[in-house]
Amino acid sequence: MKNWYKILSVILISYTLVWGLLNPVPRLDILNETIRNVYYHVPIWFAMLFMMTVSLIQSLLTLTKNNLTNDAKAYNAAIVGFFFSLPGLTTGSIWAKYTWGTWWTFQDPKLNGVAISILIYLAYFILRFSVDDEMKRARISAVYNVFAFVMMNVFIMVLPRLTDSLHPGNGGNPAFAKYDMDSNMRMVFYPAVLGWIFFSYWLFDLKNRISFIKNKLND
Amino acid sequence: MILSLIKKELLLEFRQKSTIGGVVVYVVGTIFVSALCFKGHLDKPTWNALFWIITLFTSVTISGKSFLKETGGQALYNYLHYSPSQFIIAKTLYNMVFMLALSFITFFFYGFFIKNEVENLSLFILVLTLASTGLAAILSLMSAIASKANGNFAIMSILSFPVLMPLILVVIRVSKQAVDGIEWAGVGLNFIGILAALNVLTIALSFLLFPYLWRD
Repeated sequence: MKNWYKILSVILISYTLVWGLLNPVPRLDILNETIRNVYYHVPIWFAMLFMMTVSLIQSLLTLTKNNLTNDAKAYNAAIVGFFFSLPGLTTGSIWAKYTWGTWWTFQDPKLNGVAISILIYLAYFILRFSVDDEMKRARISAVYNVFAFVMMNVFIMVLPRLTDSLHPGNGGNPAFAKYDMDSNMRMVFYPAVLGWIFFSYWLFDLKNRISFIKNKLND
Repeated sequence: MILSLIKKELLLEFRQKSTIGGVVVYVVGTIFVSALCFKGHLDKPTWNALFWIITLFTSVTISGKSFLKETGGQALYNYLHYSPSQFIIAKTLYNMVFMLALSFITFFFYGFFIKNEVENLSLFILVLTLASTGLAAILSLMSAIASKANGNFAIMSILSFPVLMPLILVVIRVSKQAVDGIEWAGVGLNFIGILAALNVLTIALSFLLFPYLWRD
């Protein structure tokens, strides 16, 4: 059963989509029912971060082993991660409209961080397009990927912790700190995180198989 | 070895007086244009933002060139005589010194043509120092990458701006405190710590990653 995670991801995501809307949630100021976004918005970001980490590991492997398979995997993981940033942004933006009253704000370090990480990965793609030689492209883009990943983490992990964020659970805002989620919510949140991470890995696997076949066809 | 490389860079730079003169004229020109556009109507946050935007663009323009001349025979010579880690450390140190000088020149002319709003000068000088070394360190590695990617100027800015953002945002924040004249006791020292850490982190990463860029 090597496909267990695919089946599990479908089951978990369907469960969280349905039960996430039905289960009782705590009534908190401002957030009210929108707290349910925690089941969709946050796990999607986790899936993106997971894919970016996979991309980093594959880039490091590219540098140490000097081979093109890892390079293709690093690229595929970055594409999947980038793809996940779009629903992550959309769910966050819609949620923000109803709680903060605006689609986007520059006051929040997490939002800036996300914008920057999207720019970083766009730069990574453009860098790849601009080098023709395959081996050279593998090495150069791996170096950029490793450096960019570290800088992105300084941005989204370190800086927001030093300043106040408008995000729930930061800077005295209610909810989504670990103590604010009750056991009902955890029953949905943790399965959702697992489900989306499995789903992202599934997409990554598909992309890898496509690039493997394309490679074979080219040879 | 590293010292001899730095000495070589300096010699080359001063032998071609057009580049070093060009840089200063570029900075002064940019500041003069800004001065004419704003005509002195700058409040403190704008003063701060404009200063760092000018510094950012100058440093990207200048550092973008630092690896471009290392092609062909020159690259082969370097490849035979130096180890990659010596080479990147020397380049980074040289760019740091160059950027330091340049940002103080920028600060001088900015104060001269526009005005000097800084109230806590010692803090501002500390930030300016850490910022220019940080910029130089990050841009040296980016320039090395861009030069391998058929380095045109566009790719240099595309690669650099997003990875410079953490540095720039911290710098803007601390520099705002310096401009507002906040006393040393009230300054967020952890931000200065982050600036220093970013410098160290970048140098360490360049040291580890550059050997992979080195071979062709």
